[in-house]
Amino acid sequence: MGKLFAIVLTIITVVSTAIFVMRVWWLPADVSAHGPWIDHQLVETMVAAGVLFVLSQLALALFVWKSGDRREGRKITVFPGGAVPIVVLAIVLVGAEILALTFVGSKVWASIYQTPPDPNSLQIDVQAEQFAFYFRYPGPDGRFGSSHPELINEATENYFGLDPANDTTARDDIVVPTLTIPVNRPILLTLHAKDVNHAFYVPELRIQQDFVPGLVIPLHFTATETGKHEIVCTQLCGLGHYNMRAYVEVMRQDQFDQWLKGKAAQQ
Amino acid sequence: MLTVTSPPSSPPRVSPPTATQPPESKAAETGVWMGIATISMSFAALTSAMVVRQSGAPDWQHFQLPPILYFNTLILLMSSLTLESARRRITAAAGQVGSLVPPVQRLAELYLTLTLGLLFVMGQVVAWRQLAAQGLFLATSPSSAFFYLFTALHGLHLLGGLVGLLYVLHRLRQATGPVPRTALGAATLYWHFMDVLWVYLLALLTIRV
Amino acid sequence: MHDTAAPAVVHHHAPPQGFLRKHVFSLDHKVIGKQYLDLALVAVCTGMVLSWLMRLHLAWPTQPIPGLEKLSPNGAAGGLITPEYYLSLMTMHGTIMVFFVLTTAPFAGFGNYFLPIQVGAQDMAFPRINMTSFWLTFVAFLVLIASFFIHDGPALSGWTAYAPLSAVGKDAGPGQGLGQTLWAVSIAIFCIAQLLGSLNFIATTLDLRTKGMSLARMPFSTWSWFITAVIGLIAFAVLMPACILLILDRVAGTSFFIPAGLVISDRLQPHAGGSPLLWQHLFWFFGHPEVYIAILPGFGIVSHILPVFARKPLLGPRVLIGCLIGIAFLSYTVWGHHMFVSGMNPFSAVLFSVPTLVITIPAAIVTMLWIGTIYGAKLRFTTPALFCLGFVSVFVSGGISGFLLAQPSIDTYLHATYFVVGHFHFVMGVAAMFGIFAATYFWLPKMFGRMMNETLGKWHFWLTFIGVYCVFMPMHYLGLAGNVRRYAEFTDDYLKPLIPLHRFITIAALFTGAAQLIFLFNLIRSRFRGPKAPDNPWEATSLEWSTTSPPPLDNFGGRPPVVHRGPNEYGVQGPAGDYVMQAAPEPAAR
Repeated sequence: MGKLFAIVLTIITVVSTAIFVMRVWWLPADVSAHGPWIDHQLVETMVAAGVLFVLSQLALALFVWKSGDRREGRKITVFPGGAVPIVVLAIVLVGAEILALTFVGSKVWASIYQTPPDPNSLQIDVQAEQFAFYFRYPGPDGRFGSSHPELINEATENYFGLDPANDTTARDDIVVPTLTIPVNRPILLTLHAKDVNHAFYVPELRIQQDFVPGLVIPLHFTATETGKHEIVCTQLCGLGHYNMRAYVEVMRQDQFDQWLKGKAAQQ
Repeated sequence: MLTVTSPPSSPPRVSPPTATQPPESKAAETGVWMGIATISMSFAALTSAMVVRQSGAPDWQHFQLPPILYFNTLILLMSSLTLESARRRITAAAGQVGSLVPPVQRLAELYLTLTLGLLFVMGQVVAWRQLAAQGLFLATSPSSAFFYLFTALHGLHLLGGLVGLLYVLHRLRQATGPVPRTALGAATLYWHFMDVLWVYLLALLTIRV
Repeated sequence: MHDTAAPAVVHHHAPPQGFLRKHVFSLDHKVIGKQYLDLALVAVCTGMVLSWLMRLHLAWPTQPIPGLEKLSPNGAAGGLITPEYYLSLMTMHGTIMVFFVLTTAPFAGFGNYFLPIQVGAQDMAFPRINMTSFWLTFVAFLVLIASFFIHDGPALSGWTAYAPLSAVGKDAGPGQGLGQTLWAVSIAIFCIAQLLGSLNFIATTLDLRTKGMSLARMPFSTWSWFITAVIGLIAFAVLMPACILLILDRVAGTSFFIPAGLVISDRLQPHAGGSPLLWQHLFWFFGHPEVYIAILPGFGIVSHILPVFARKPLLGPRVLIGCLIGIAFLSYTVWGHHMFVSGMNPFSAVLFSVPTLVITIPAAIVTMLWIGTIYGAKLRFTTPALFCLGFVSVFVSGGISGFLLAQPSIDTYLHATYFVVGHFHFVMGVAAMFGIFAATYFWLPKMFGRMMNETLGKWHFWLTFIGVYCVFMPMHYLGLAGNVRRYAEFTDDYLKPLIPLHRFITIAALFTGAAQLIFLFNLIRSRFRGPKAPDNPWEATSLEWSTTSPPPLDNFGGRPPVVHRGPNEYGVQGPAGDYVMQAAPEPAAR
């Protein structure tokens, strides 16, 4: 029985680790400026954690295998050194790992969330609602009109509650259901929630951020390759949560300028 | 505060007839201390909720606390004094020879405590009525919401304390059985905590509301 | 700690008369413990069925499930689960499992039964409060289940019930009307029951230990129940007011959690000024210690059982207890790691990440102590022993993924994916369950005086052990691929290729679920017809094995035990074999 346990556990450990190592299922290719740091942190941590995982499971398997030895006269032995080496090992090994991960990790985090956005950023306003995302560009005047919740009207597609009749800055605002952005340009999104919590997640861009009603939350990133990716909602928001998505289209700067001009002309 | 000691002048203790009775478990006291910890934690959580709520939005409406609250506070503090006095008397009497159960007049202070406690609760209800007359209800503003919430929760816990005192009274009035010193001590401890909690809440509401 | 002078006496109740007093409204902690376990059994069966429905829907969303329409005409017309019903199933699955299984069985169930016996007491400190705790828990369960039978269905905001979705009422959609209010009321009642239970556990441990039972000599399971009770005392004390605030927002028009300007179902909500993040902070301040409440009794139970079958003392007993206390203390400092991308100040993310990583140190020590105990042992491979070994393995698996989730930069990618689902299922859904299984196989003989069938037990273990790895390890792969959680269906382009892996998981889950029928059969048959159990079938040392199987009403037949040593005396020469019981008399001369 002990041998069986050891064998089964070893197989489980080897198979599951192999699938991780071979990246049978893995992150999609990264297309963001800060993504490589996250990926690097992730891989480093997986290696460190993976080593601990394999060592612990195999140690367990080995000791169980040996403890099944039923030979007469085999004495029960205590772990060499008792508990002390274990405590020291845990504190030193795990402690060192934690320090390293925290030190490097907090730098990665700070670079994404605690640095101010580039002053040259393209600012885009994002509204999340049950169950769609809408994106607003400031238009040629470069200013966003103010939004009024009581004016929000799905039927007239006034998703942001703009008041163009009285608010001149709102007249040229461009509202679209797809996030269209130029490549290699810093983007600053401002996230608003119309009704309940939502979230903005683009795996390829390595960004995720909740929308919180009552708060305006900034999120900045830079896309490094053109392409089209899904934006999905990751904060439970009601029955349409699974279906709440939009697309982000990253285009060349000249294509983006053309797109923007076209949209502005339509206002 | 709760260790049972006979006053120094009493004669040496003689074992009562039921000499094989083991000492009364002090579990009731431990239970009350744990209750104090948990109730404090609840009110701490609500305090932080109030702080967050007040600083998070501009809609806090300050209002005057009904002055009857201060009168109620005095009543509650007095009830603690009467209860403490009752506890000491009963505990001391229980230590004396031949008196397992104190005479009924020793319970007068306990009855007084109960009355004062009930008076306090009634006074709180009056305070609510006064606020309602000013148009301040639970949902009117966050400040009134917290006012009602804090006072209602405290009042509920106090009623629990009253029930505890009633239970102790019931045990004391039984003709047989030893004096339930631990139960009395536990109930008293809880009652004093209700006082302390109320004083804290009053200060909090006075400063913030 | 010094020995207590003489055993303190609980208010002695006369033996109960009549069926109701003996089996329904009993003051006996043993009956109450069994009642909790029975409630947890009903709850876990319910929770498992809900998970099967969820998994079937995820794997084959267009395939009607036979019979479901009869059970739930609104939620599953034509046998097809609607998206809102899926979310309700998920919410109820999580709520039932976390509260009514993982907090109830290992702590309220086994703890109630065995803590007084293991410290040598006749009963819990407050038997009437104990009975009240159970019946309150029962009522809480009924209130929760009632939400299945109302028109709009159960709540669908997850067991985490984030506001404002959970706070605004029925405008937010199906399940968010009465169903959500019933959820909040149920949990509030549950909190009160738990708090009363914690009082009992702590007072009993501190005040009712028998002569010679110092704190240092208490079994590890007792220590874990004691520490769990302390954690619960503080944690549930925060969830209760949070639920009250939620209920008030829903029914009384207050705005604790609801800000201004919300437009839901085309209606501008009449609320203003509240903070959704406030709910998250309050909830997780409870929620994180709660998961330690779920696992710590498992730590204690495994530490208690492993030496019995290893026939050698647990390695580092004092270190273990120190680690349990350290984990309990640290558990209050980490709650923000559930909120890294929630919109809270990013600086706090680092503050929460550090203790989250630090808590791995005592957890690692504890795991290594178990592995170190197995080193050089002569293991008796009984079913409880196997589940202890399995516990160590699955706890490692679940804990290791924590290294990734604890770091905010990595969590940016993994938050709200199946990686998290795999992580918490391994530590809660599997490890804690293995602790419950180990406890059941170990203690059923004591509780019912009958042995369980070993062959069935081993089959149960092997099928479950392999099964859970097949169910939950793949979820980590899904998470790495960015598979979002709490989705009723996978309609996104990048998720469709992952559906085959979901089908594998579903099949594994159904098989593993079926394997639990072996356990159920074994459990029920052994309770009534298992072979008679001796007083000490496992040759163990702690006080529960010094009394009969099952114990008499006052646990020790009028003779409270006197304890002369700790519970760790295995592998030493004793009067009955290679162990010395805690209550065995001191040798006459050395």
